[in-house]
Amino acid sequence: MKFTWFNLMPWPYLPDQFREKHRSVWVDIPNTLYDPRKGHHVYHTYLDQLEYADALGFDGIGCNEHHQNGYGLMPSPNIIAATLTRRTSRAAICVIGNSIAGYNPPIRVAEEFAMLDVMSGGRLIAGFPVGTPMDTNFCYGQIPALTRDKYREAHDMIMKAWASDEPFAFDGKYNQLRWVNCWPKPIQKPHPPIYIPGGGSIETWDFCLDHDYNYSYLSFFGYLRGKSLLDGYWERVARRGKDESPYRAAFAQIICVADTDAEAEKLYAEHCLYFFNRCLHIFPPFADPAGYRTMATVKYGALSQLTQARQKILENLTWKQLIDERFVIAGSPETVRQQLEECIKGLRIGHLFCLFHNGDMPDWKTRHSSRLFAEKVMPRLRDMWPEWKHDDRWWMHPMDERIRPEERRPGAEKAREEWPR
Amino acid sequence: MKWQSVDTRKGTRCRVLEGGSGAPLVFFHSAGGLLADNPFLDRLAQGYHVFAPEWPGYGDSTGEDLLEDMLDFALHGWDLIDALGLRRPHVVGHSMGGMIAAEMACLAPRDLGKLVLAAPAGLWDDAHPIPDIFALLPFQLAEVLFHDPQRGQGLLTGGADLADIEALKEFYLASQRRLAQAGKILFPIPNRRLSKRLYRLEAESLLVWGVSDRLIIPAYAKRWQALVPNARVETIDGAGHMLPYEQPEAFSKVVQAFLG
Repeated sequence: MKFTWFNLMPWPYLPDQFREKHRSVWVDIPNTLYDPRKGHHVYHTYLDQLEYADALGFDGIGCNEHHQNGYGLMPSPNIIAATLTRRTSRAAICVIGNSIAGYNPPIRVAEEFAMLDVMSGGRLIAGFPVGTPMDTNFCYGQIPALTRDKYREAHDMIMKAWASDEPFAFDGKYNQLRWVNCWPKPIQKPHPPIYIPGGGSIETWDFCLDHDYNYSYLSFFGYLRGKSLLDGYWERVARRGKDESPYRAAFAQIICVADTDAEAEKLYAEHCLYFFNRCLHIFPPFADPAGYRTMATVKYGALSQLTQARQKILENLTWKQLIDERFVIAGSPETVRQQLEECIKGLRIGHLFCLFHNGDMPDWKTRHSSRLFAEKVMPRLRDMWPEWKHDDRWWMHPMDERIRPEERRPGAEKAREEWPR
Repeated sequence: MKWQSVDTRKGTRCRVLEGGSGAPLVFFHSAGGLLADNPFLDRLAQGYHVFAPEWPGYGDSTGEDLLEDMLDFALHGWDLIDALGLRRPHVVGHSMGGMIAAEMACLAPRDLGKLVLAAPAGLWDDAHPIPDIFALLPFQLAEVLFHDPQRGQGLLTGGADLADIEALKEFYLASQRRLAQAGKILFPIPNRRLSKRLYRLEAESLLVWGVSDRLIIPAYAKRWQALVPNARVETIDGAGHMLPYEQPEAFSKVVQAFLG
């Protein structure tokens, strides 16, 4: 079982009554709510936490891409990942990922991911989301009905750029480049492990299975609600005749660990409620522009997907609901272990993206929860899939001889004599 | 008026509402498609042979995947006219349909009779940003589109009872399909640089605007006039963006007076 410590990087200063005062946390959130001087502090706190997770023994540390979003301060996850390559040395760096339909030209992603893989010594996990409609359509202007087609083309260009040893011409519908020649190239061969974050579209399942990519369901609504979707995925895996390795799938879960269940509520409830009440307050039309979902998927989900209904759920959430419905797994190490075992077995997942920092949670609570998890929960969940223990198809393959950044203070130089041969 | 179906050489199959007699007139609908009630077409059919095709992605018309950008849309308009066997028809376009009609007339300026653009999309003025129709709640749509939103809501749904879950589902699916297709030329900003090509227009042109258009406000008529110097402008009271549906009598009267 692999555990990745994931930070969404929410803005912790959203005002009280955010829901009443503003229509959306995403796309048209008033940018006067952002204070760059506080932002300086926030970035460094979050980066410190990711580095701390590496030291605690998490298998991976993760970041993602959102734009104009009050719960995501990473329009460029690659900048975050770049800092992590320097100050961590062990954990996989999971960039989940770059919304490639929005990059022009997409070779930029092939280059930047290659840079990250080289800088980290082969520790990159590369995510290729289609991108939420908020990000890809409303913030980055891509036409909804053509987004998936453009996504597939961008994917093809990036993968060919990584695989090819010679310059080639790419005559795409959306991108034409006469000279594609990826430089630098990634360390991991044939390419870094690829994760596709998705919702419930059948097309995404098939895309993952066509290429043997990991399918990551990044929900904020817990494993009970994630079950039917993952069941659909595993049915598809079986129907396609693929093996059932749990490492084909990943799931995101909010987790809060304390000494006791009561203590967990006392420490974490307000911050989780901040996340659900303020950070997920999205103007429904931004979540569902016509054409973003294929007609097949719209028919499959039809009205159940109408997001007003989801917004209603969020209006008067209580801690009890968060816990009962497992939006949040919280409690003593034993409670958390039990519920996560149910989550991991029930969804059949080999990768868990663990969300320990939630909403406006202060640094010390985030670290407290993460440390209890690393010391008292993680070791007892390690061996959930003994029969797949050696399956590393969806995990990093770093260089053995990785180097650490050297001190360069005057007088403390340890200059390298020669370039390695 | 009666429905017929035509196949274009590109491979789309389009449903066309046809009726009347006289000089041929083709009406291109807006992003919302032909509504259930369109009395302005009946009125126009009293003086002309009217053809109102549904765009691929609308109603029973198929082949929407074949149309991806502005040029595809404009050539499809001509393909339809060819498939219907028409020569130099008058072309009337409403909103998105006006944008397409203008584009068609720039491509083949001598292949049409007269041109009527009713609250056409296609231009953008930073001083008057057009509301984002792809980011509206269902009830907001009628407010933006109609002079009288309450009556407009009924016109949009065509009398369907949206309290019925099946009717709601059907309405939602059809509307998602229509707007997905319209987004190819209207998202994120309904401007595909038509302004660079409007100098090519030769057809005698009329611009018609609803006085209370809140989507593409009447100020846009001036912008069109600046780019199409000989265009006449008529305005209609008590009408918003959906002027042909809101004031069918006044609308068809103005059009008939212009076409002669």
